Amino acid sequence: MKLSLWTYEGPTHVGAMRVVNSMRNSHFVLHAPQGDTYADLLFTMIERQGRRPPVTYTTFQARDLGADTAKLFVDSVAEAADRFKPEVMFVGESCTAELIQDQPGSLAAGMALDIPVVPLELPAYSRKENHGASETLYGLVRAVLKGAEPQPPDSEPSVNLIGPSSLGFRARDDVREISALLQRMGVRVNVVAPLDAGLADIARLPKAMANVCLYPEVGRTTCDWLKRKFKQPVIDIVPIGVGATREFVQAVADCTGVDPAPVLQADASRLPWYSRSIDSNYLTAKRVFIFGDATHALAAARVATQELGFDVVGLGTYSREFAREVRSAAESYGLTALITDDYLEVEEAVKQSEPELVLGTQMERHVAKRLGIGCCVISAPFHVEDVPARYAPQMGYEGANVLFDTWVHPLMMGLEEHLLGMFTDDFEFNDTQMPSHLAHRGSQESATPVATVDAVPATPVVDDVDDIRWSTDAEQELKKVPFFVRGKARRNTERYACQQGLSHISLETLYDAKAYYSN
Amino acid sequence: MAASMQSIQRDSAARPSIPIIQERGQREVFCGLTSIVWLHRRMQDAFFLVVGSRTCAHLLQSAAGVMIFAEPRFGTAILDDRDLSGHADFNDELEKVTRQLIERRPEIRTLFLVGSCPSEVIKLDLDKAADRLTHQYAGQLRVISYTGSGIETTFTQGEDKCLTALASDIRRASTSRGATNSSLPATRLLVLGTLADIVEDQFSRLFDSLGIESVSFLPGKKSAELPRIDERTRVVLAQPYTGEALRELERAGARHIDALYPFGVEGTRAWLKAIADAFEVDAALFERVIEAPAARARTALARVSPSLAGRRISFFPDSQLEIPLARFLHQECDMQLVEVGTPYVDRQCVGSEIDALPRDVRLTEGQHVDRQLERLRSDKPDLTVCGMGLGNPLEAEGLATKWSIELVFSPIHGFEQAADLAALFAKPLARREKLQVPA
Repeated sequence: MKLSLWTYEGPTHVGAMRVVNSMRNSHFVLHAPQGDTYADLLFTMIERQGRRPPVTYTTFQARDLGADTAKLFVDSVAEAADRFKPEVMFVGESCTAELIQDQPGSLAAGMALDIPVVPLELPAYSRKENHGASETLYGLVRAVLKGAEPQPPDSEPSVNLIGPSSLGFRARDDVREISALLQRMGVRVNVVAPLDAGLADIARLPKAMANVCLYPEVGRTTCDWLKRKFKQPVIDIVPIGVGATREFVQAVADCTGVDPAPVLQADASRLPWYSRSIDSNYLTAKRVFIFGDATHALAAARVATQELGFDVVGLGTYSREFAREVRSAAESYGLTALITDDYLEVEEAVKQSEPELVLGTQMERHVAKRLGIGCCVISAPFHVEDVPARYAPQMGYEGANVLFDTWVHPLMMGLEEHLLGMFTDDFEFNDTQMPSHLAHRGSQESATPVATVDAVPATPVVDDVDDIRWSTDAEQELKKVPFFVRGKARRNTERYACQQGLSHISLETLYDAKAYYSN
Repeated sequence: MAASMQSIQRDSAARPSIPIIQERGQREVFCGLTSIVWLHRRMQDAFFLVVGSRTCAHLLQSAAGVMIFAEPRFGTAILDDRDLSGHADFNDELEKVTRQLIERRPEIRTLFLVGSCPSEVIKLDLDKAADRLTHQYAGQLRVISYTGSGIETTFTQGEDKCLTALASDIRRASTSRGATNSSLPATRLLVLGTLADIVEDQFSRLFDSLGIESVSFLPGKKSAELPRIDERTRVVLAQPYTGEALRELERAGARHIDALYPFGVEGTRAWLKAIADAFEVDAALFERVIEAPAARARTALARVSPSLAGRRISFFPDSQLEIPLARFLHQECDMQLVEVGTPYVDRQCVGSEIDALPRDVRLTEGQHVDRQLERLRSDKPDLTVCGMGLGNPLEAEGLATKWSIELVFSPIHGFEQAADLAALFAKPLARREKLQVPA
């Protein structure tokens, strides 16, 4: 039993829904009680989908439990097959149905439907949404291709894009961007799965020269199986950022035999120049905290450091399946990775690391809002405002442009920052004022009043920050430090005083600490 | 235990009633846990701990969580494999989670342990757990359990179960032995069902003007302060989904004031009149008190209702508000009712409302969503009231919709809100007329 206030991932059957909903002409019969239909609104509200997700819920009630819930399930499958006439039927159960053990897979197998049936067994009490999505795609691909023989690939260069799905962060735009990039290289996209795929597309997967594992959370298990079964190499570089996109282009070229040079030479992103232009100097060493699914967190850390010149001060993920990768990346930044699905832990880590920018999920957006820090959403879970009307991929060259624009936006522009630093007495630059373009957020620096002392007492040794008192002039001087670094200055000064065994902070202590911490 | 979800049929004897079509199948309706989304804001000293699965937690945050990301006063104790296999002791685990919660939120006075589908199916005894924890935290915390599970409750019925648990508490604390002395005059009024703060204040002022002095609202802002119930108490329902709580209060001696719900000018007037009569308020005083607000409400409503007049409307089952709202839209806005679907019919709560509906309305109880959608497509009403899972798909088909959940989250009761209520239905229609983008 674990206390949870907000969760990053939904249950496994929601992952399954994401895959089924991505596909054409599929249907999912979910053995589930009333209430589980809430999951429909994830698709219809967050992604504004203009059709119902292709899911039938059996809606069993307490009075059915003593009777025949298995029959209810079988009837629901028969009715759904008749009404929706899908070309493939998925069957599974939500957490409650797992307890009553009707075994939907066996029940459906016994029905002799004239379409393929994919039974899903997704442990609801030990795994989560991304596992459900991954297993569902894998289950489908296996069911369709388990009897297939390895076949010679197309003579023309081609790849599959594996992993894009409903409720995947910007997945639809990424597919468009990467498909266009591949087309420029002379590489055909054989199949995209599961997004917009039909049964015949799944059957055609072995025809491609390689599989691009675009979203490892959803696609890696399937790619690994296809590699074992059909000897299809896996391209597992996620093309987020200019550097990764260039490596991706090279990897695709290696697998397909095309010449990468024209595309590499025509580098179509403005990010490198924008980042080198003098106006971007102020971006140097901006402190950024990153949390999300593993794919997006890892990519964001690389782009932030290598392509924007930020300092990563925190890196973590809720994707336990990819904890190893995130841990080793964090180490390379001199950090310890935060692997957790408890948003309170993430909130605490954000506070501790005092970032100037947070790149995270909708949860981190709310955390950052409370702390008065700028934030961009870079990963699921996200909300409706992170499904923009405009074309806004994260991947490829255009994706890199999007990253530059959106990540820089919440930060203060260079001259604004300087003016704030110079004229801290300006009444419009006070604590409650944020940069003009963030005015609606409001700053919420800790309101904890700091006790001050007028007289300077003798200097006893202290070892606890809480025992330290600020003198009035030091407190006044601290107020002249721009508000966006004031919290850090306060904490550094207190830490310094504590180390020095000082019980009060004078004007001198403030500047001693400043000198001590400046590098 | 499933009785409450089935229709509670009470013969209203002589009056020939509108036939109710029963439906069975997929329900596109939330479970009772969802009512925590407003209950936890209403009761400021309470915490709602769902004992359930990741699905429960995800439901709560998806249904409303993202709209109100303050630190919530609700959470989920997520059961895992160890709990199911019996490797972890349920009581130890629950104590651990409770301790964690209390450390974080020491100001909590009432902890609701809320049962879910999984906890009901594996038969966790939350009542007993609640008693044990109450004993353990004696003087600091009261622990009360109820179920919000989808196998037993629909959306707003979760509030009914919560209020029933509170009513049982009141009943245990009271000395009365039920309605033994029904001749005692009314001295205390209890308004049952969550109201918006502003509506509570408006009604309080009206009751005060009518000379009804002792008025309480359940749920109140403080969960630890429960009203007293006895034979002099009269209960009026502010929400049509509070039937089980009402019957529990009746067992404690209170008597029900049967009335239309305070939606619209006439609904509000009828509701207040029934209360005034029960408290023997002088008729002239009553007219004097309501004259100004009722006139104001009529004027405001008259500005909105013409845009609804003659329009055809259908309701999908959702919050139990469907029948009273249909009555308001028909009587006061002159809308034509095509189909009114509701999760279940509790005659004690909505009998009078059903009698006020036009005879030709198609009234359905329960749901088979695919069949209802087929009927809807052939009916093609001007406006469809439905949940968030169906709204965009229906709009994409060309049908105008109104999200039903907004009706639960907005102040819609009373004179001052009559026009606002009509405006909620008028807005999607006005928007369609305004937009000049291709469909």
